[in-house]
Amino acid sequence: MSAVCACSEKNGFSYCSIDEVLQKYSCDGNAIIPILQDIQENLGYVPKDCIEYIGEKLSVAPARIYGVVTFYTQFRLTPRGKHSIMLCVGTACHVGGAEKISDCITEELGIKGGETTDDRLVTFEKVACIGCCSLAPVAIVNGETIAKLTPDKTRTVIAELKAD
Amino acid sequence: MKKPLTVRIGLSTCGIAAGGNKTFARFGEQLTARNLAVDLKKTGCIGLCYHEPLVDILTEDGHVYTYGAVTEDKVPTLIDEHISGGRIVHDLLINDDKSKVTARQVKIALRNCGLIDPDSIADYINEGGYTALKTVLSSMTPDQVSEEITASGLRGRGGAGFPTGLKWRLTRQSPGSPKYVVCNADEGDPGAFMDRSIVEGDPHSIVEGMLIAAYAIGATEGHIYIRAEYPLAIAKMQKALDDADEHGYLGEKILSSSFSFTLKIKKGAGAFVCGEETALIASLEGKRGMPLLKPPFPAQKGLWQKPTTINNVETFANVPWIIREGAKRFAAFGTAKSKGTKVFALAGKINNGGLVEVPIGMPLREIIFDIGGGIQGGKRFKGVQLGGPSGGCLPEEELDTIVDYDELVQKGAMMGSGGMIVMDETTCMVDIARFFLNFTKDESCGKCVHCRLGTKRMLEILELITAGKAAAEDLALLEELASNVKEGSLCGLGQTAPNPVLTTLKYFRHEYEEHITQKKCRAHVCKALLQYIINEKCVGCGLCVKRCPVDAISGERRKLHAIDGDKCIKCGRCVEACKFDAILVE
Repeated sequence: MSAVCACSEKNGFSYCSIDEVLQKYSCDGNAIIPILQDIQENLGYVPKDCIEYIGEKLSVAPARIYGVVTFYTQFRLTPRGKHSIMLCVGTACHVGGAEKISDCITEELGIKGGETTDDRLVTFEKVACIGCCSLAPVAIVNGETIAKLTPDKTRTVIAELKAD
Repeated sequence: MKKPLTVRIGLSTCGIAAGGNKTFARFGEQLTARNLAVDLKKTGCIGLCYHEPLVDILTEDGHVYTYGAVTEDKVPTLIDEHISGGRIVHDLLINDDKSKVTARQVKIALRNCGLIDPDSIADYINEGGYTALKTVLSSMTPDQVSEEITASGLRGRGGAGFPTGLKWRLTRQSPGSPKYVVCNADEGDPGAFMDRSIVEGDPHSIVEGMLIAAYAIGATEGHIYIRAEYPLAIAKMQKALDDADEHGYLGEKILSSSFSFTLKIKKGAGAFVCGEETALIASLEGKRGMPLLKPPFPAQKGLWQKPTTINNVETFANVPWIIREGAKRFAAFGTAKSKGTKVFALAGKINNGGLVEVPIGMPLREIIFDIGGGIQGGKRFKGVQLGGPSGGCLPEEELDTIVDYDELVQKGAMMGSGGMIVMDETTCMVDIARFFLNFTKDESCGKCVHCRLGTKRMLEILELITAGKAAAEDLALLEELASNVKEGSLCGLGQTAPNPVLTTLKYFRHEYEEHITQKKCRAHVCKALLQYIINEKCVGCGLCVKRCPVDAISGERRKLHAIDGDKCIKCGRCVEACKFDAILVE
């Protein structure tokens, strides 16, 4: 392969960035999970179109890769929004009223857990326990943990995201 | 008062979530600006999560002043008063509370958490770290190591409680090479965070524990499987591995012995079932994490079909202490069949939420009320969920049960990884059962029909009950399904998934019956069964009318308003808006 990236940005991502990851792991078919983790780290998601390509390079059936992608909750097949809300729905947060917060987010943004707003502004995800149980209910908004959420606090946070 | 020497700030995930990083930064700025010769140190979680952000001020005579809820705005006061002025800030000091909470605890696995800087191998070595490894390499045979661990009575802290020493011996005796050691740090049980705390607060104790295990079983390679959801834990562990490598504790010919061992981190990708050892191995091999039939056990055929020992984080953290202090001292704690201590994560409606480590055999009541400080807001205790989605829910009558692997199983709960979620009268037990089943249904890998479909059908019944649409005979069906799922599943996930339902049915059956026959949820949680009513306290201010998203509230200004039950979506916004307690939920 030439030193300069020759591939065009098809489907919104470049195959070169994927090649880099594959080379890092020496195209090892046993390293599917770290390879996919790195691709997602770079692109924000695992593009469906690249699965066949990876399969070819690793000599692994694309179905197996697709199987891995859909098995683990970490992997996403669609691009993320600009902002991210990760709401903890673990036991302590549930007991502390996470469902009310979830309803509130859905009401304010019109999306459910696992979805992204049409304008790609916000991705809303639900995760099981981020280990801050004594601060329940908790959400991670753009990497920052927000503790002891109330519906009012949630609406303020969302308003700030929308204003951006 | 003696001169303050060091300021130590708890910066585990819980501390950071409470604003610890900002507090740390502010201390840094202010100490430099005022030219104060005080050391600023980071540490992990000491377990008092309800007091975060926590700041310790250590004086030259070794006294520790612990301050709680030190948000960044309180930093200047603390520096002015305590560090410059030598006056204690009594409003923030929590030493009394801290000693009350820690008095009944015995810290073995958590011995260094919240005291040392997890990024500093020197700190760990200062506390006697890596001396157990030296002892093992210089004066013990591999079999002696397994025997010592067996003599200590240490059992797997991940939940199942298999004797650790025996597991090591079986792995050593199994034919096949190379052999592997794996640390299970895929803490998936929602409500448990002890493994995260240990990895974040004292990563070297796990590395040392794994090294000792590797020596005992004859392994040369190890993996630490950490959840991707724990980025800080991954970073701390990576730093620990790099430092251990640099200091010659990892790699070839460790401490000039013939023993070599390499250790790598593998990030889990988010699947609860990967806490099961055969599923974890499948995941390490880059496959979907689906459990296999046992036997063969991983000790016989594990990673890449080779003999493999898998232990939990807390198990490994205990190992160096046992070697250093002796099996006898460890076995002095605990009950006849369960030795040592266990870390529990206290959460839910409890006052002192956080991590506690107690000798096995302590009654639940003592943990929840004496250490945990009882229920928030003076409410009434209703139940405690032990062992997460695989465990069970015990009522007040069972509070004298002691925490012990076998005792808890007898009551229908389990030790599990040590999650303890405390619930009060505002928690609906049917809703809790629904919550856990929804979790296990989502996390079932789909291999066994009973687990894949049975949990879904059980969930549907629970949803009917919480919606007030179930019939009395549905409870019998629920119980039948529960026993079928238990029997028809290959791995621990399916075998234990019905536990929350079975224990709530056993101890809180009246709540199920109320939902079905009286269409009533006494905890006011199940939305479909609630009614919002405005009482005579209403002054007709109209605030609720403005907040209602579906225009269900009407009434003349300054007169009693009313809610249209057909329109009401029970979102609760009117209750939040009302300043006169005029809206009742029934």
